[in-house]
Amino acid sequence: MPNPPYDEMQAPDGSVRPHYRPLADWLARTPPDRIAQKREEAERAFHRVGITFAVYGDSGGAERLIPFDLIPRIIPAAEWDVLERGLRQRVAALNAFLDDIYHGQRILDAGLVPRERVLGNAQFRREMTGMRVPGGIYAHVAGVDVVRAGEGEFYVLEDNLRVPSGVSYMLENRKMMMRLLPEVFALQSIRPVQHYPDLLLENLRAVSPDGGDAPTVAVLTPGPYNSAYFEHSFLAQQMGVELCEGQDLVVRDDTVYMRTTRGPQRVHVIYRRVDDDFLDPRAFRADSMLGVPGLFAAYRAGRVTLANAIGTGVADDKSIYPYVPQIIRFYLDEEPVLRNVPTWMTWRDDDRAHVLAHLHELVVKEVHGAGGYGMLIGPASTASEREDFAARIRAHPDGYIAQPTLALSTCPTFVAAGVAPRHIDLRPYVLSGGTVKLVPGGLTRVALREGSLVVNSSQGGGTKDTWVLE
Amino acid sequence: MTMLSRVANELYWIGRHFERAENTARLLDVTYRTSLLPYHLEEPGLAWAAPWAVPLIATGLATTYYQRHAALAAGQVLRFMIFDTANPSSIHSCLRAARESARSVRGSITSEMYEEINASWLEMRRYDHDHVERVGVQEFCDWVKMRSHLFRGVTFGTMLRGEAYHFLRLGTHLERADNTARILDTKYHLLLPSVHDVGGAVDYYQWQSLLTSVSGFEAYRKIYSDVITPRRVAELLILRRDMPRSLHACMSMIAETLHILCDDSHWELERLAGELHARLRFGRTEDIMRFGLHEYLVDFLGRISGLADEITRRFLAPA
Repeated sequence: MPNPPYDEMQAPDGSVRPHYRPLADWLARTPPDRIAQKREEAERAFHRVGITFAVYGDSGGAERLIPFDLIPRIIPAAEWDVLERGLRQRVAALNAFLDDIYHGQRILDAGLVPRERVLGNAQFRREMTGMRVPGGIYAHVAGVDVVRAGEGEFYVLEDNLRVPSGVSYMLENRKMMMRLLPEVFALQSIRPVQHYPDLLLENLRAVSPDGGDAPTVAVLTPGPYNSAYFEHSFLAQQMGVELCEGQDLVVRDDTVYMRTTRGPQRVHVIYRRVDDDFLDPRAFRADSMLGVPGLFAAYRAGRVTLANAIGTGVADDKSIYPYVPQIIRFYLDEEPVLRNVPTWMTWRDDDRAHVLAHLHELVVKEVHGAGGYGMLIGPASTASEREDFAARIRAHPDGYIAQPTLALSTCPTFVAAGVAPRHIDLRPYVLSGGTVKLVPGGLTRVALREGSLVVNSSQGGGTKDTWVLE
Repeated sequence: MTMLSRVANELYWIGRHFERAENTARLLDVTYRTSLLPYHLEEPGLAWAAPWAVPLIATGLATTYYQRHAALAAGQVLRFMIFDTANPSSIHSCLRAARESARSVRGSITSEMYEEINASWLEMRRYDHDHVERVGVQEFCDWVKMRSHLFRGVTFGTMLRGEAYHFLRLGTHLERADNTARILDTKYHLLLPSVHDVGGAVDYYQWQSLLTSVSGFEAYRKIYSDVITPRRVAELLILRRDMPRSLHACMSMIAETLHILCDDSHWELERLAGELHARLRFGRTEDIMRFGLHEYLVDFLGRISGLADEITRRFLAPA
């Protein structure tokens, strides 16, 4: 990369940026052994409380901690205002897009998004066509991955509209910081995030099918072996609602009930953390053991609301991503506040030629891949990896997009050798229900390996607390 | 009061598994103590069970054991009862199951309880057979009992007295009633004593070990301050309500808990529990001895298992 990346704390001239000064002073005057002790304390506390995630492909059923870094990522108020505006705009447009493609398909008629990209997409659920969902809301919870490349330069990397996870880490990280380092919270006014579960519950209640007084909300989890199980259980507990597995729910006369010790009890809204494919063995994958037979029929009958709706994946697919700025202009008649990363689509002949000629400097992603699996980071790749990807692109031109390697911003981070800059991203969570809500902040993920741009926890990423200043 | 049946079921099994781990430890403890006593295998015409067969017979796991081991040996039985994952009653299996259940219902228990169950499992994983040999069987059994005491204490001290608490305690007391009956019955399997041994030294030490294993020896001394007789042991461990591991004490707790949990639709369940409770509350030692202690315990085990089935059918896994 030609220029050193933007550092969140340090300006190019070596001075500390104003919004980091109180923290930098605190770091400078606090004895290293005290900081070391705090870091150990954090690790012990995370282990004891059991905030772990399961690692797929680890036959030992290992549960690991996501490393937590003590140095927060700080966002000044003015920057957050822009981010928030951009996030609200983007999620509003994507919800409008979903409503449109499952009904009138105006945007396809207008020719702004190629018809085959949508209708031929594996994530497009034909079953949803013509079906009304409460409030026209599909993505009730959206986790939008944002990176910074320069001063005021925020790019959206990915819109996660299916079952985005990680919000429990945002909440636990804040709790941990307040417990370990209460004194640093006195240095600056940091906007709170802990009311997230209240906002979520309020939004879920607002999309209840009957609009009754006290709708029953439940969280649906694939179960304890899912990597995000801790989060499912955490959110259910924080909202004070039941955490259900598929076997706990039963559908009778298109109505969903929980099996309780007092007999069946009606459920109105399901915050489901199970993928579309596994939700209902009668409607989708017949081999699903995680789902609830008849759930989709109840959903179609308007007797239960699913959050997120079925079929949202078509809007966060990497093959739709390049069209999001158009989508925003089309539905909202506004210019996008947040940028899209310039993207080459290998199904276009010109783009493909460019990508194949520049593999060494591009990031290539599978359009249906997620979690940092199945991607090529050109500058860090070997010649044989590039050949392999070139062959794959030629064989499946529909399957890939390519983007320039962004110089993701860095944030000072504790590493073995002391404190060093590491690349970060940010996942704020946007809640759509009666109204659009978000807490100031999100989950900051950090790539702990030097130079690495991959922040996913499955690939050795860590997390930080995220401070939005008043 | 209402909760998911699956959650109630997991809570019930947390109670049962933790209690079972403790009672397996108690059973191994008494077996170990008994095995140190002298006895006369060669005495003709007597159906002795070797001490190490007792935990297998008491838990009904002899068949499983002999499918895996050719002969009876102390080390093998200990391994089987402590570590064998194929044995659902091994201490390892119980602590793992309790922890798995706790993980799947952690929203329904307190964080202190989760941490205690989690810590017990993590410590258990650090033990292996050699380690147990090194620290001693009794030391290990004491550790298991101590973890169980901690679990009970943290439950008692932190948990809201709601439905979750009641299902957990239901599991604890059902399991304990079952296990006390089984431990008491070991005397029948182990110690068909030769006529001249009745009231003799070996007989005395065997009863003493048995009482100690259910924390009953000191209570026996206090209450009776006299020689140990089967009649009194039966009274202490079956009929006395003030003896916390007795069948009567367990059934009192079960009946009380079910009374809180049941509504009119659970009449049969309350009736079963009430009937069994009444038999203990108004039972007489001489009737038990006349009926036969072993026969009485076998009958009791059948009834308590029927009660457990009914609880499962009505609350934990309704159709």
